[in-house]
Amino acid sequence: MASTATTPPAPSSAQDAPEKLSLLEKFKKGDEAAFLITFASALTIILITCLLVQRLWADSALSRHAFGWHFLASSDWDPVNDQYGALPFIYGTVLTAFLALIIAVPVGMGAAIFLAELAPRKLSNVLTFMIELLAAVPSVIYGLLGIFVLLPILRDRIVPVLQGVFGFLPIFKGAFYGVSYFSAACVLAIMIVPFIVSISREVLLAVPQSQREAMMALGATKWDVTWKSVVPYAQRGMAGSIFLALARALGETMAVTMVIGNVPSITASLLSPGYTIAAVIANEFTEATGDLYVNALIELALVLFAVTMIINALARLLMLGMKSQETAH
Amino acid sequence: MATSTPPIELRRLARARTARFGDPEPLDTPSQPQFTVEDMNFFYGDFHALHNLNLTLPSLRVTGLIGPSGCGKSTFLRTLNRMYETVARTRVTGKILFGEANLFDYAPTLLRRRVGMVFQKPSPFPKSIFDNIAYGLRVNHLCSRSELHDKVVHCLQRAALWNEVKDKLNQSAFSLSGGQQQRLCIARALAVDPDVLLLDEPCSALDPIATSKIEDLIFDLRRSCTIIMVTHNMLQAARISDYVGFFLQGKLIEFDAARKMFQFPSNKLTEDYITGRFG
Repeated sequence: MASTATTPPAPSSAQDAPEKLSLLEKFKKGDEAAFLITFASALTIILITCLLVQRLWADSALSRHAFGWHFLASSDWDPVNDQYGALPFIYGTVLTAFLALIIAVPVGMGAAIFLAELAPRKLSNVLTFMIELLAAVPSVIYGLLGIFVLLPILRDRIVPVLQGVFGFLPIFKGAFYGVSYFSAACVLAIMIVPFIVSISREVLLAVPQSQREAMMALGATKWDVTWKSVVPYAQRGMAGSIFLALARALGETMAVTMVIGNVPSITASLLSPGYTIAAVIANEFTEATGDLYVNALIELALVLFAVTMIINALARLLMLGMKSQETAH
Repeated sequence: MATSTPPIELRRLARARTARFGDPEPLDTPSQPQFTVEDMNFFYGDFHALHNLNLTLPSLRVTGLIGPSGCGKSTFLRTLNRMYETVARTRVTGKILFGEANLFDYAPTLLRRRVGMVFQKPSPFPKSIFDNIAYGLRVNHLCSRSELHDKVVHCLQRAALWNEVKDKLNQSAFSLSGGQQQRLCIARALAVDPDVLLLDEPCSALDPIATSKIEDLIFDLRRSCTIIMVTHNMLQAARISDYVGFFLQGKLIEFDAARKMFQFPSNKLTEDYITGRFG
């Protein structure tokens, strides 16, 4: 073509070629190095998870062989006679976590909506800072708060009212001594609200301004804009904040141990004492005597791992369902 | 300094409309004022964004607002439905009449229902096509459940989108192309039956074919609706505006009938801008 005369000479001359190639190679090596380093980091996470599961699996061998699947179904926890069953702990773990969510989600969502959409910016920044501080408070502090502040309030004021109004329901039957599923759920709720608030607020703030303005341009009120445009846009992110909170609630150990009563029983009443997986491991591991006892506790850890995985997977499935419904709708 | 013989560029602009629409009745005849703006100033904090604007925007006409980026035309547009109030530390002085009444006496929600707005980027809600239109109706409680479907259909027809979406009303609005999304946004704005439609560079994110569809639509809508449109595209302003306002550095340099302005601009700055000598 005629244009070849005007274009600069192509780098095909024998002298240029090796130099250019090595430069190219350098770049290529840089890319490869970056890939390898980041890949190694990602691999570490997978490796740790695999090692964790492998150790838990291997170290619980005795208990697994002794009880089989019956371990999950049995509610017999008797270290003296070497009889171990996980059911009361699974029940307590799942019950307290979900109860905590029921209390914390409305409060957390409401607070997040207020902070992101309705509050004046300065007030919002101050409150958000305080809420993020709350998220950093060690859980043993929450446990102490639970014992010395929350339990008396629950015992003297809240539970009598609940029993007065809903006393006919089995979940509020029986005597209340303070330590219980309900108290544990309340402490957990207080602990996970900051998570829900700070993550949901970020998600709400990330909703494009154009969505708000488009809604406003239709003559919508501030609340319509928030509730019908901003929240639906952010709902997946807000659901994500709930999953994180749920994971925290399932695994929380110290605060729960301090207020749940540590009795391995299954009762319908939320007001009776119970136990959770994390709590029993923390309480009994140091004093476990005998290989089977230790193995049973390690198997409990494996169960907790599985419960957390299953619930997270279910939550994710739920979210996928929400998404496909949204696009199909 | 007005030139006696308009440069070729100006004549081309003036002809753009004829070429596009065969120049139907010239709509630069007088009409009721839609907005009357007197001595208006706009401030972002300490920044004086608009200086002493005085103009009358006619009703049932297409008014194009042109000018280089940052000249204040979008800011002006956002005062007309008081959307600027969502930005902190903004302030307006002077007088704006909407029809006969003071713009600032309206409740913002009522004002915005009567003065609709469509934005630069298509901004459909993450809902179905049907729900996108129905939102405005539901929010304003404008019609009963039984009428809803007919109303939505009517709006989609008015926005010339019906034939393209009638088989997929329940699909997500994001499944539409950019141009369709923008027409959906126009349909959504029309659903609440506004007197005025403010368009903030509605075609700047669209390809030429989608643009021409929106221009057709705007041209048809001016029979029932006052249109005020910010545009960067001079040819577009020439094609579809009845009136044109030229902004420069926060001042209104010239406001006149489009045909007059594009042939015989009375201000040297206007002529320089529309003939492409700067900006």
